[in-house]
Amino acid sequence: MISLTSYAFVAMMLFSIGAIGVIARRNIFVIYMSIEMMLNGINLFLVTFARYHFNMDPQVITIMVIAIAAAEAAIFLSVIILLYRSRKSLDTDIFNTLKQGEKS
Amino acid sequence: MNTNLLVWIILAPLLGAILNAGFYFYHIKKEKVSELTFSLIGTGTPLISFLITLTLFLRMNEEGIIFKQELFTWLDIDKLHIGMSLLGDNLSIFMSMFVTFVGWLIHIYAIGYMRGDNGFGKFFAYFNLFLASMLILVLADNPIILFIGWEGVGVCSYLLIKFYYGKAENVIAANKAFIVNRVGDFGFILGIVTLFFALGEVDLSFSSIEANIGNASSELLVLSGVLLFIGAMGKSAQIPLYVWLPDAMAGPTPISALIHAATMVTAGVYMVARFHFLYSGIEEIGLLIAYIGAFSALLAAIIATRQTDIKKILAYSTMSQLGYMFIAVGLGFYSTGLFHVFTHAFFKAMLFMGAGGVILAVHHRQNIFDIAKHRAITPIIKFTFLIGVIAISGVPFFSGFFSKDAILAAAFQEGEYLIWAMAIFTAFLTAFYMFRLYFIVFVAPTKHEVKYEYTSRTITIPLLLLAVGAVAAGYLNLPTILGGEHLVDTWLIQLKSNTIHMSHLTEWILMILSVVVAGSGIFVAYKKYANFDIYHPEEETGLIGNKFYIDDIYNTLFVQSTKKVSTFIDKVIDEKIIDGFIMSSSNTFVNIGKKVSMTQNANVRFYAAFMLVGMTCIFIYLYITLGL
Repeated sequence: MISLTSYAFVAMMLFSIGAIGVIARRNIFVIYMSIEMMLNGINLFLVTFARYHFNMDPQVITIMVIAIAAAEAAIFLSVIILLYRSRKSLDTDIFNTLKQGEKS
Repeated sequence: MNTNLLVWIILAPLLGAILNAGFYFYHIKKEKVSELTFSLIGTGTPLISFLITLTLFLRMNEEGIIFKQELFTWLDIDKLHIGMSLLGDNLSIFMSMFVTFVGWLIHIYAIGYMRGDNGFGKFFAYFNLFLASMLILVLADNPIILFIGWEGVGVCSYLLIKFYYGKAENVIAANKAFIVNRVGDFGFILGIVTLFFALGEVDLSFSSIEANIGNASSELLVLSGVLLFIGAMGKSAQIPLYVWLPDAMAGPTPISALIHAATMVTAGVYMVARFHFLYSGIEEIGLLIAYIGAFSALLAAIIATRQTDIKKILAYSTMSQLGYMFIAVGLGFYSTGLFHVFTHAFFKAMLFMGAGGVILAVHHRQNIFDIAKHRAITPIIKFTFLIGVIAISGVPFFSGFFSKDAILAAAFQEGEYLIWAMAIFTAFLTAFYMFRLYFIVFVAPTKHEVKYEYTSRTITIPLLLLAVGAVAAGYLNLPTILGGEHLVDTWLIQLKSNTIHMSHLTEWILMILSVVVAGSGIFVAYKKYANFDIYHPEEETGLIGNKFYIDDIYNTLFVQSTKKVSTFIDKVIDEKIIDGFIMSSSNTFVNIGKKVSMTQNANVRFYAAFMLVGMTCIFIYLYITLGL
């Protein structure tokens, strides 16, 4: 029997790796994937605790998250395509037109 | 029904000023307007004023009424009610009679004097405005309206003194006149405020002030009397605020005639007479006024003996004569003082206009020795100038004699022998310096003499009219011993002036003494200057020639010290301390802002990290507080 702690640990690892990916990487695709990873980390938490408490509500939320993530993927990918068309690049640091002070 | 005419005395010249200003703008912007238009407007409107005043005077003489006109309510705040109201009583009609008449003659004279000048229209606009301001001052029914006229003449004198503003010294002279007058005006307005509170905040018209003066505390009345007199010192050029008057000679000569004869400088004397009910209650202040007048008269006469500028000599003589007037009003002889104002208006206007004619004839030279070197033969001017000189010197049977002698007798009767001695010494000096001026300019032998062909009637006719006035004006107030009826004193009975009542013997002795004094002054001047070698002129040197260094003392004491203080405040207090404080605090905020703005760097990953940190903090907080 794999303990609850192990599940929680894996979920936390997933979330943390995702968070670090969002912060540290510059490629917009990798950031997108990191966000998905964070979502899945959360999903794993929810499912784990659903099993532990014999409560179905978290399962419902998880299904919701997956569905919304799919919809979000459609929008996100199209936005990335538009961004690429305008700047010919996927580097997030280039998209800084909202910067305070001098124009880039 | 005629009461409504009162306002037109003021409105006529005011309208003239507006019309002339309008035409002048048209003249410089669009097409030329002839000098005739300006002259007709400029001289016609004072004439209208004069005729209206004359009508009112005749009506008043017949029916013995006082004209009052309230045009509108100007201010109505709590207990302070100030109406734009005019008062035509014996005093103000008396004043405006000769103000409009002499003013009108000076306007006519100015046509000839200013002919061909670029600013002809502007000059007449200012001139009419000046007269209108003076008439507001004279006809005002309360001190606030009087103050409007008071300031109006100040502004107009400033505008006219710097009429030729191209020269820096004219502008400096105008500024000096204006600033010195401001000092006096400050005293004047404080005096009005003090009076308002002293009387228990009543309606401020002259009649209600007079009615309530008994309720006021004497300390406050003394204070307001002194403050009001400070205003008079500034306007009427008395010690210590006289320094602007000689410098005011920078303007064209008709202005000097108008300022010195009919308007502006007489305002102070008029004001004291207008507040006669105040000043007769505080006799110690009256004495102070008389002493200041006596010292001013003496000082000006001494300075005038060494001056070489024809207009400055006349300016100092004005100051000296004003001193006489203040002796009279200070001692309570209001009608005597105003009588001297009246006679002085004629002969001083004539002297200035004569001087202006001479200056024109010798191509704008003003040094009396230079004038003599280039003497032009101008018989009418010479004749009228001589009458003016005789009148001011106090030769019997000319107007100045009667008015001045009355003042001397008044000082003697009141037992103020020091004032009397100063006044009689001043009379000697007056005769001396006026005849010095006359002998050098018109008599002293010169190698160069030309016939002067410029005989503008607009110059000579007013001169001749004024000459008649300068001789005849004195007979209006003949002393009783010469069979006179004191017409002016009777007319101004409302002022409750002191009257001269001494034994006829004393009066004769005093009169003969003043004739002897004047005669000796003339004799000394004749001995010294009738055959003066004008090619070795006197210089303005020594203590007297340098005007007792009073201008220099004022310059060091007030102007330079103010400049130093201003520089200190500007360079140290403002730039270093205040700017330093303000700028350092603003710089601090700017720097903090710059630091904070670094977080808004549009870096998505940075925002994400920031968000993560924030959320972590919130969770830690919740974990601790909820104790999960």
